[in-house]
Amino acid sequence: MIRSRLTAQRLAFLFLLGCFFFNYPLLSVFNRGGDFFGLPPLYAWLMGSWLALIVQMAWVVERKDN
Amino acid sequence: MLQGWVIVLASFLYLGVLFAIAWYADRRADLGRSLIANPVVYALSLGVYCTTWTFYGSVGRAAASGIGFLPIYLGPTLLFALAGFILHKMIRVAKTNRITSIADFVASRYGKSQVLGGLVTVIAVVGVVPYIALQLKAVSNSFSILASYPDIVMPATAGAVPLFYDSALYVAMILAAFTILFGTRHLDATERHEGMVAAIAVESVVKLVAFLAVGVFVVWGMHDGVADIFAQAAAVPDVARRLATADSPAAYGTWGTLIFLSMFASLLLPRQFQIAVVENVDESHLRRAVWMFPLYLFLINLFVLPVALAGMLHFPAGTVDADTFVLTLPMAHQQEALTLLVYIGGLSAATGMVIVETIALSTMVCNDLVMPLLLRLPMLGLAARADLSGLLLEIRRWAIAVILGLGYLYFRVAGEAYALVSIGLISFAAVAQFAPAVIGGLFWKGGTRDGALTGLAAGFVVWAYTLLLPSFAKSGWLPDGFIAHGLFGIELLRPQHLFGLTGLDEITHCLVWSLLANLGTYIGVSLQRVPNVREARQATLFVGGAEAAGTPGWRSTAGVADLLPLAGRFLGLARAKEAFARHAQQRGLKGIHELPADARLVGFAEALLAGAIGSASARVMVASVVKEEPLGLDEVMNILDEASQVRAYTRELEQKSKELTRATAELREANARLRELDRMKDDFISTVTHELRTPLTSIRAFSEMLQEDPKIDLAQRSRFVGIIVSETVRLSRLINQILDLAKLESGRAEWTVAAVDVAEVIREAAESLTVLFAEKHVTLEFAGCEPGLTVLADRDRLMQVLVNLLSNALKFVPAGTGRVTVDAGGTASEVRVSVVDNGPGIQAQDREVIFDKFHQGATTSDVLTDKPQGTGLGLPISRQIIEYFNGRLWAESTPGAGARFVFTLPRQAGDNGAIPQGDSVPAGGRGYKEESPGGNS
Repeated sequence: MIRSRLTAQRLAFLFLLGCFFFNYPLLSVFNRGGDFFGLPPLYAWLMGSWLALIVQMAWVVERKDN
Repeated sequence: MLQGWVIVLASFLYLGVLFAIAWYADRRADLGRSLIANPVVYALSLGVYCTTWTFYGSVGRAAASGIGFLPIYLGPTLLFALAGFILHKMIRVAKTNRITSIADFVASRYGKSQVLGGLVTVIAVVGVVPYIALQLKAVSNSFSILASYPDIVMPATAGAVPLFYDSALYVAMILAAFTILFGTRHLDATERHEGMVAAIAVESVVKLVAFLAVGVFVVWGMHDGVADIFAQAAAVPDVARRLATADSPAAYGTWGTLIFLSMFASLLLPRQFQIAVVENVDESHLRRAVWMFPLYLFLINLFVLPVALAGMLHFPAGTVDADTFVLTLPMAHQQEALTLLVYIGGLSAATGMVIVETIALSTMVCNDLVMPLLLRLPMLGLAARADLSGLLLEIRRWAIAVILGLGYLYFRVAGEAYALVSIGLISFAAVAQFAPAVIGGLFWKGGTRDGALTGLAAGFVVWAYTLLLPSFAKSGWLPDGFIAHGLFGIELLRPQHLFGLTGLDEITHCLVWSLLANLGTYIGVSLQRVPNVREARQATLFVGGAEAAGTPGWRSTAGVADLLPLAGRFLGLARAKEAFARHAQQRGLKGIHELPADARLVGFAEALLAGAIGSASARVMVASVVKEEPLGLDEVMNILDEASQVRAYTRELEQKSKELTRATAELREANARLRELDRMKDDFISTVTHELRTPLTSIRAFSEMLQEDPKIDLAQRSRFVGIIVSETVRLSRLINQILDLAKLESGRAEWTVAAVDVAEVIREAAESLTVLFAEKHVTLEFAGCEPGLTVLADRDRLMQVLVNLLSNALKFVPAGTGRVTVDAGGTASEVRVSVVDNGPGIQAQDREVIFDKFHQGATTSDVLTDKPQGTGLGLPISRQIIEYFNGRLWAESTPGAGARFVFTLPRQAGDNGAIPQGDSVPAGGRGYKEESPGGNS
């Protein structure tokens, strides 16, 4: 399935990126009041970065060159 | 319209549709046109991860801790980013080894250990029971709430309802019956259930659609979009607190723990392993699932927080359980159709989980727990029974019923004390205990059966003590004194503050201690000894991946006559025959009867049986037929013989490799030598051209001066012409000498070898130079030049040597006071000639260099042209000639006191014309043998 070593490494990189995105201390930056287009900053950040990560994963595995 | 009978009818209708889908998919699979061989179906079926925990529980969790429901879904997203490393490998290994469950996986990895498989099964059953209770609680709650429509009444606590009025009991029974119908209709050698997977994929769609529908209704039907809900929530202080997650470092710790926990749960829960690994049709499907499964999780969580906030805004605090908001919000707005859809969505989530989980667990209980025990009881005589496939199915059916019974029991005992999510987390922590043995087993070859066994046991005990028992105590079924004061009143043993560890939530606390105990003993005990042969073989298969597979693990053989009936007893004879026929076909044989009795056949039969009864039991069964004896003397000899053959091969190989190395070195040397020669040739040519250009340049320069200026005076003119003439002479001499040298070096020189009187040659050479000596007023003297110094040589060449040496000496001695002495003498074996001058002498470092081509002494410059006199080839040529005749030529000198050039030649041996033989023939392929003495070629 994940044929090339490169694809696996790209995914592993996204894994590390996600670990950073979804954890302390980055979360504490968004853990505050106020709003972001009507959404609480933490909610907006988590859902936004989560979706971005999924899109990246899709892009990595569905690329033509792997 | 939502009367009780409508709900019941809808429920059964839905289950009926599921059953029809499963039946159709199974039929299609039998026809070879699989419905589920599709990456999207695979990704959707992974959605079995989302149970009523997600469907109802997430909203409840969000109402209690805001965004705190989310890490359970972030973890699997991260794990799937690592799919290329972990999941892919697990699928590969499982396929090559016919793994049928997580217990089978662990047992097989550590040397097909039955004890280990049994332990994993026990942990899985005990660990997952609370999770099943969660489903029962959610479904029965949703049913009771719906039944009192249009009023919203929270169901009474389970313990307060008499047993036979408890809807959860009936839910459990119906689910058990349905699962039994569903999963145990027939026995499959690969333990794959195509129909079930198709139904699960459909259920995933149903629950997603239902949840999104509620979300859309709540956000846009009840409010003006998401921003409106958040704005309203922010206005109510009690609700606004849910908008941010963490108010203390501990909350971040819990957050991280949940991500970590859910990562492993999405891989190691028996149902996740079943769907992701065992039911995987094609490993390339994983590629699509890498992003589709996380996307599914994303979508199903999109509206969780808005729905939770809307519920808190809508219902006064404490009146409605937040776990039921998904259902009660549409109910409160009299949305009957939507309410029913939500109920069906919840039912989907629950049935999907229960079906896959109990089927996976029943397979484990049957293959890894009950069968190994039954087969060991000789009084049952099972090992001799003809057809066991019926018995296997019976065991599985009972296992399903018992597991659901246990789930119901836990629900009655402990279900009310916790919210849905908290119950589920207890199970997550239990299956996390598999992580060291499974992940470690995939990447570390050193793990042993003992290590895995003690690690799992230690982790399980700590989990039970710190998480499971307190959950009983909190429900009042155990005295809760031991929670507050510790076991036996020892403070350090308080289960939720073990050894005084405080400041963590109970899940993180349990994980810290249980994984510490688990990982510590797994590694520590594994390192006590080297893995034994069987463990090492399995380690190679698992860690090395599929590439290492294929070596049959059996030393003995058995024929079709033994193996077919054995497989037939567990699979049914028809199925077994079919499988054997396929195997024969694969090996290019005509039929079953042609199959040879070899290790490969035994390996095939074992793999086939492993599909039905697990790898550990299969090994025992096959061993009973094959009778793989402990190593006998013959076998030891055989192995030794093999080993010595291997050693012989190795030696031979080493020998060959050494020879190759030597040949390579020789080639390299030859190559280096060729390069050196090539470089020398280049040097030579560039020096020659340079030497030729020097006289040419001056000839050209003087000719041009004469041509351009006709009025040049006569004296000047004749001087110029004189220079031109002398340079021309030098040029032709140079060319002659180069040709000469080239001839000498290439061995094409013509030699006329005869007996030569050296004294005579000396005199002749001196005579030819008399004029030059006289011109420079240099005295030439002779010493000892007596006749009879005969050598075997070419007269003309010898003459050339002497002229060279004499004119060389003449060049260096001062005019007027110069003196050159030629001394010739000899011993019995050789003639020795020296030419001595009183010139400036030769520096010590130059004494050999002057014999190099084109190298000239430092002080020999023509005053007029500032060019060195001579060509720099005389001495090299002379040396070549002398050496050709087996002589030596060298220079001796004291700087300031003149130089002495000496050569020796072997004296002619008698008169018989014998040619001196020796190995001092200069390099270049020349030799006497090609020449005949006195020959005149």
